[in-house]
Amino acid sequence: MEHNSKKMEVEKVKEHKTPLLDELEKGPWPSFVKEMKRAAEKNESAKDLLGQLELSYQDKKGHWKHGGIVGVRGYGGGVIGRYSDCPEQFPNVAEFHTIRVNQPSGWYYNTKALRKICDIWEKRGSGLTNFHGSTGDIILLGTKTDELQPTFDELSDAGFDLGGSGSDLRTPSTCAGPARCEYACFDNLDLCHDLTMTYQDEIHRPMWPYKFKIKISGCPNDCVASIARADLSIIGTWRDSLRIDQEEVKKYAASGMDIKGEVCEPCPTKALEFDEDAGELRLKAEDCVRCMHCINRMPKALRPGVERGATILIGGKATILQSAFLSWVIVPFMKMEPPYQELKDLLERIWEWWDENGKTRERIGELIYRKGMGNFLRAVGLPAVPQMVYQPRANPYIFWQPDEVKKK
Amino acid sequence: MSRTDIGPPDFREMLPPVIKENYGKWKYHEIVKPGVLKHVSESGAELYSVRVGSPRLVSIDFIREICDLADEFCDGYLRFTSRHNVEFLVSKKENVEPLLDALKEKGLPVGGTGNSLSNMIHTQGWIHCHTPATDASGIVKAVMDDLYEHFVNMDLPAKLRISLACCLNMCGAVHCSDIAILGIHRTPPRIDHERLPKVCEIPTVIASCPTAAIKPDPKRKSVKVNEERCMYCGNCYTMCPAMEIIDAENDGIAILVGGKVSNARTAPAFSRLAIPYLPNNPPRWPEVTEAVRNIVEVWAANAKKGERVGEWIQRIGWENFFKLTGIPFTDKHIDDFIFSVPTFRTTTNFKW
Repeated sequence: MEHNSKKMEVEKVKEHKTPLLDELEKGPWPSFVKEMKRAAEKNESAKDLLGQLELSYQDKKGHWKHGGIVGVRGYGGGVIGRYSDCPEQFPNVAEFHTIRVNQPSGWYYNTKALRKICDIWEKRGSGLTNFHGSTGDIILLGTKTDELQPTFDELSDAGFDLGGSGSDLRTPSTCAGPARCEYACFDNLDLCHDLTMTYQDEIHRPMWPYKFKIKISGCPNDCVASIARADLSIIGTWRDSLRIDQEEVKKYAASGMDIKGEVCEPCPTKALEFDEDAGELRLKAEDCVRCMHCINRMPKALRPGVERGATILIGGKATILQSAFLSWVIVPFMKMEPPYQELKDLLERIWEWWDENGKTRERIGELIYRKGMGNFLRAVGLPAVPQMVYQPRANPYIFWQPDEVKKK
Repeated sequence: MSRTDIGPPDFREMLPPVIKENYGKWKYHEIVKPGVLKHVSESGAELYSVRVGSPRLVSIDFIREICDLADEFCDGYLRFTSRHNVEFLVSKKENVEPLLDALKEKGLPVGGTGNSLSNMIHTQGWIHCHTPATDASGIVKAVMDDLYEHFVNMDLPAKLRISLACCLNMCGAVHCSDIAILGIHRTPPRIDHERLPKVCEIPTVIASCPTAAIKPDPKRKSVKVNEERCMYCGNCYTMCPAMEIIDAENDGIAILVGGKVSNARTAPAFSRLAIPYLPNNPPRWPEVTEAVRNIVEVWAANAKKGERVGEWIQRIGWENFFKLTGIPFTDKHIDDFIFSVPTFRTTTNFKW
């Protein structure tokens, strides 16, 4: 009997012929089509997803309807509703919603936790996932409206909560950090977890003009691309001099590394000099901009300094509406130690000003652009410092505050 | 009734003992071979990380399979990277080679470290999104198949980060990648005037247009689009389902190059337009894979050691980038959006 039912399922998979997608099972790179077929062996929605994707490949267009608002009790975000535009043909993806599950800091897992998620999703959804979505969440890809609440109940019993979506604080994410990386300038994994827990309400209940993303990188290599992908980018740095182990420098030189050409020459400020006779690397610490290049090249010999913290930048976003922005400096150096009160106070002042002044769907970067950095800095109580700009303005169109000029 | 606001599991519960013991005390690392990192702590303890390419869109059986491997070789611990690779955290050196053998047997590629092509950050495409101008997973598979050798070898001048976004919402860091593959539309939205007043909030739709091409149409209780001002970004469709933008005949791909996010050597930079349009040609997108390979090959042949795509272009100049790659320069490459002025060359310094 069991054997028969399995055979029937296999036959149903064949209901949708997928000659175009089958091409993508070939080649050396792991195939997502193979993954979809694996899920389809056990799940009707995964089967219909394959069918609908094959149709998209034929038609060269997507077959998902516009939008759809669904969710779980008590939350306003975390679930992305999705409906097929050809539900008669593919009834099992008529409803095919995504659930965002908040990942542990740095995407570290034990297999017990991962297996638990697999068991829940096997029962409640399509069996397809993304490890991970671009913001960092685990994506459970495709389930029906009726399954949302039970899935959430079981996830929460297993110790997992939903991540963000919509006009809320999105799930913060961070790099591998001090758990695995010698470059980490503070405990970015702890900070990510702390901010996530502190601002659970802001994550789960959208209340702002638009989305707000926080990403945290332990050093300026920025391995989570925070400067490009987060409204608030927290990037580890140090205030003193990087540390040099001259013995290790000599070993790199002895191994045949062209220290002058590979390490010193690309230094953006020419702060490093290699004395070939002495086999010594000399640093003008005051010229170093902490770009990480030399440390990246000689990790055994060079390390970040000891007076560590982070640079805080704001405004990073993708194209819509006023072109892409990279985050820019608002605090050159801030200590990063629990309970991170200085950072939290700043975040809350920023959110308050944005909530008060932002237009619908206006990102913080666009609001600052519209209102001017001067107004932003005054509103959140930050001093203007030269680290905020590449260069001062070239035009004289300067706004003065009433209290800065003599009254008549 | 579920518990709410519990947040994610504490990452500290997810760390192998060797990491707990050496947390924040790592001294240095080296890349033993492509895909294999060795981290050494102050105490002399060693951790090996084996990095494996993943299609990102994976079944729960894939997750269970890598869990089996992690149980067998890593005491049940693994992580994922910010580019969707899997990293097995191996605390016993003698387990590294057996794990590599097991991965080879399963056909999972080990690599993505150092001066290689790492995994492609990408998005939902036709699998799950309603605004895409192209697919994501299919193109990623086609490009990674074509450039596979550069994932498993560290044979490039510098890191190579290729990313894909299926529309110009650019979910992911596509706008700051060495090579960015971007889905674009080329025709204005088609307005369903019957439906629009019923499903769309008109002021929000009007405000959603970056070029102010949308005006109210009070007679029809709808909107008008000044088609000469529209550059088909599709943001009005995001706001309003009655402004269908998807056009299978004309949608396709733009390729941008030269972006980066790290601060090493040069400041983070945006990717900039190299190829304005290539057609959607599923399932293998040959025009796209060929164009990407051409750029990679010309860069690899001409860049100095350590020079990323954008740094190479800065050195040789865009005029030489177009010359060497044979990509035609067109009026499409000249920015005409509101922030265009800083892109104009305000000096007589240039190369012939």
